[in-house]
Amino acid sequence: MSKEINHKEPSSIPPSGGWGGYIKDVYRGVKSLLVGMKRTMYYFTHHKEIITQQYPDNRETLDLPDRFKGEVVMPHDEKNEHRCTGCQACELACPNGTIKVITQSVILADGRKKKAIDKLVYHLELCTMCNLCIVACPSDAIVMAQTFEHSVFDRNELTKILNNPGSKIMEGVE
Amino acid sequence: MWSFSHIANEMHEWLSKTFNPTLTLIIEMVIAGVAVIGLFAGLGLVLVIMERKVSAWMQIRLGPNRVGPKGMLQSLADTVKLLVKEGLTPDGADKFLFNLAPFIAMIVAMLLMAPIAFARDFQLWDMNIGVLYVSAVSSIMVISILIAGWSSNNKYSLMGAMRSGAQIVSYELSAGLSVLAIVVLTGSLQVSDIIQSQKDGWWIFKGHIPVIIAFVTFIIAVTAETNRAPFDLAEAESELTAGFHTEYSGMKFALFFLAEYVNVFIVCAIGATLFLGGWMPFHIGNWTDFNHVMDYIPSSIWFFGKTFFLIFVIMWFRWTFPRLRIDQLLNLEWKYLLPISMINLVVVTAMAILKWHF
Repeated sequence: MSKEINHKEPSSIPPSGGWGGYIKDVYRGVKSLLVGMKRTMYYFTHHKEIITQQYPDNRETLDLPDRFKGEVVMPHDEKNEHRCTGCQACELACPNGTIKVITQSVILADGRKKKAIDKLVYHLELCTMCNLCIVACPSDAIVMAQTFEHSVFDRNELTKILNNPGSKIMEGVE
Repeated sequence: MWSFSHIANEMHEWLSKTFNPTLTLIIEMVIAGVAVIGLFAGLGLVLVIMERKVSAWMQIRLGPNRVGPKGMLQSLADTVKLLVKEGLTPDGADKFLFNLAPFIAMIVAMLLMAPIAFARDFQLWDMNIGVLYVSAVSSIMVISILIAGWSSNNKYSLMGAMRSGAQIVSYELSAGLSVLAIVVLTGSLQVSDIIQSQKDGWWIFKGHIPVIIAFVTFIIAVTAETNRAPFDLAEAESELTAGFHTEYSGMKFALFFLAEYVNVFIVCAIGATLFLGGWMPFHIGNWTDFNHVMDYIPSSIWFFGKTFFLIFVIMWFRWTFPRLRIDQLLNLEWKYLLPISMINLVVVTAMAILKWHF
């Protein structure tokens, strides 16, 4: 919603006394009430401002705000590569143990050993969508998706492995 | 001509021809009673859906939109739901008073219908103390709330009822004083006289600023008297769950709910009668053509139009203003509204004596 509501700082109202203060109080009270009424009348007459989403009806054309958080996902590119280095920052950041990073050692082409993720286990049923893992991730490997229809019949289906099978880390991501 | 008074006269003539006078009177009373109950039911349905839609649009929501076209049958569905629900009486309650309270609320609302002129020459009882009757009977409303709060044997209910008592007793003063302004200008308490005196212009236009001040005070005071937000301390759902009707369910709750809306209608009808000319059409001085066009609109439409405009204003208040605290509520009445309306009454009296109004 990009409506410019006038967020004016509440001016410190000095204690008013005497007859002048009395009349000033009445004036200020009436004026502030009228400002409020003007605002609600604006909304009453401008139905395009309505923010309600008629959800099951507009499932195809759902208009979610940018900051809406549905679940944690790990984006992969077309070569089935992700950006996760297995640093476990997300696991440490998570306040309720939603993420488990299971790492393994891989042997690179030049013979060096390197830590990489085996599985990034994400427990959707524990997640509070607090966004701390996304903030903590140094390589932007995980993002919040906007999907929110998470109902399943079996609780185990909520435990997800975020990296695709057979995926590897993208070139150049350290 | 097709009008309410015409229908009423036809009916009266036919009944007098067919039955003896006593029986005619009894039948007419029954018809009036049924008509009032029918009006109540209609008002309940219309006002509830109106309130829900108005509140939704003012809060950038959609409101009920599933039952019937555009959700217009929502209140009908709610009524059916309330009718079939169990009307529970709590064990600890004073059973007789608990069951009596909603009926007192409804009876008060019904009594208040008597002096309201719905259309030209269409009034249940045009008594010579109409306005006094209204302000007297409307005070009985507080008794039903006090009974409901006390007999529920629940602290929320009792606190709500006590607040309501303090509130209604104080706001009746400024409501009465602002009504008196019009009585002073008209020189009569009779509703039909008050309406006739606005033939050449409604009091809100004829009476200059003092009458406008009286009108504003009246609207504020009756909003408080009908226990509606921002003065809904008697219910205050965030503090007292539902105030005096916390323990009520089913049809007994519905009666309180209905009584609230009917009371809103009644006070708005009285406001429209006193300040906006009741069923009088809108006339501007010597514009005879314009005035003739206005005369073509039926008087009942004028009355209901004005009343619903005032109801809308009261709903507008409700969905804009935050609830007052009890001390703020009493401050507003005793320190602001009452002195202002007293001074205003003196000014109006001077105006009436010196014939400064049009």
